[in-house]
Amino acid sequence: MLNTMSEQRKALALISGGLDSMLAARVVMEQGIHVEGVNFYTGFCVEGHTHAIRKRDRSRPKRNNALWVAEQLGIRLHFVDVTEQYKGVVINPRYGYGANLNPCLDCKCFMVGKAVEWIEAHGFDFIITGEVVGQRPMSQRRDTMRTVARESGADDRLLRPLCAKNLPPTLPEREGWVDRERLYGFSGRSRKPQMALAERFGLSDYAQPAGGCCFLTDEAYSRKLADLWQARGSREYELDDIMLLKVGRHLRPRPHFKLIIGREEGENNFLQGFRHRFVQLRTVSHPGPLALIDGETGEEDRELAARITARFSSGRNAQQVELRLEEPQGAQRLLRVAPMSAEEVLPEWYL
Amino acid sequence: MVPVRQRLDARHLLCPLPVIRVQDRIGRMAHGEQLEVLCTDPGAASDVPAWCRINGHRVLGIRERDGELVILIEVGGGKR
Repeated sequence: MLNTMSEQRKALALISGGLDSMLAARVVMEQGIHVEGVNFYTGFCVEGHTHAIRKRDRSRPKRNNALWVAEQLGIRLHFVDVTEQYKGVVINPRYGYGANLNPCLDCKCFMVGKAVEWIEAHGFDFIITGEVVGQRPMSQRRDTMRTVARESGADDRLLRPLCAKNLPPTLPEREGWVDRERLYGFSGRSRKPQMALAERFGLSDYAQPAGGCCFLTDEAYSRKLADLWQARGSREYELDDIMLLKVGRHLRPRPHFKLIIGREEGENNFLQGFRHRFVQLRTVSHPGPLALIDGETGEEDRELAARITARFSSGRNAQQVELRLEEPQGAQRLLRVAPMSAEEVLPEWYL
Repeated sequence: MVPVRQRLDARHLLCPLPVIRVQDRIGRMAHGEQLEVLCTDPGAASDVPAWCRINGHRVLGIRERDGELVILIEVGGGKR
């Protein structure tokens, strides 16, 4: 008989906020295992940031899906900030990138490896993920799932309850902590088995599985990150850099500088918070955006930046637009420029 | 006895960073102590209480002051 003759076993579930990890945790909880959740913060998480920044999005209800899942399951959730260590994964992935700058296999190895550290520090027995064989082209193939178990150091302490029957028995199955017969054998990209299982558990409200909880899977975001690295001549980044890539229009009219132009009030307010790091431009004669200049610029560059910024203001058809230029140290002055025409703003400037 | 109250500045951080800062600070606090958190991300108004509920802490109040959120938390007994 399972779990009756010995101490209660404990498992740590990687909770992304999506359906699969929620189901995986639920399946194991059903077998009497004590489950707690962990969510790793990389800085590239899509979760909530656009919503928090853009004013027009604020009318929609906001929730952190990982927290919401934990609350639905009735388990504790531990956030772990891995932003610094995660740089090594993004900058130099051993197994390379996916379609964009997404190092999915390295990422999964890294996260399961951090989970191993956590369970060893907290006296837990094994790790649960919501992975399904064949669901993702890079990190969820039979061969790469073996790689994740090996490289992370989890080995047979890594249980994938949704597809366990397609994989060799793991430690919790062999030891009888969980009953393999009550695990699942899902495979492939179909979502139907997960949806049916969700229905069985009475779970009707869950985040839509779009495969995109990470900005690095986004083509436009990856392009901006690649541009940042190229412009700096180094594949380095700070948290502020990757946050700014999520905000505004990014235009690079010259190789040595780019503009980040707010698209609405919420973004302008967010960009305002970076005024001590960048030269900023704000239209004053007409309603318009706030723009940051990223790069070393001379007078001619700043006038060009002002003309582009004016193009995105209500004064785009005016003869002249007045802007306030503020240095990071606080010195301010006014610039009067002719807004660029639509044709003058070259398509290749857009990142 | 007046409970010990600490203050945490989580302004200009986007969720889940305010929650992470709260979690890390509460990890070093004792049962019954209070934490006053300042945030600017409106999402913190739902995320911080959700984190408190699932981890056994009590939100004593949330108010807005000069466009900033002030969340007062009482540390529960079952923290890890």
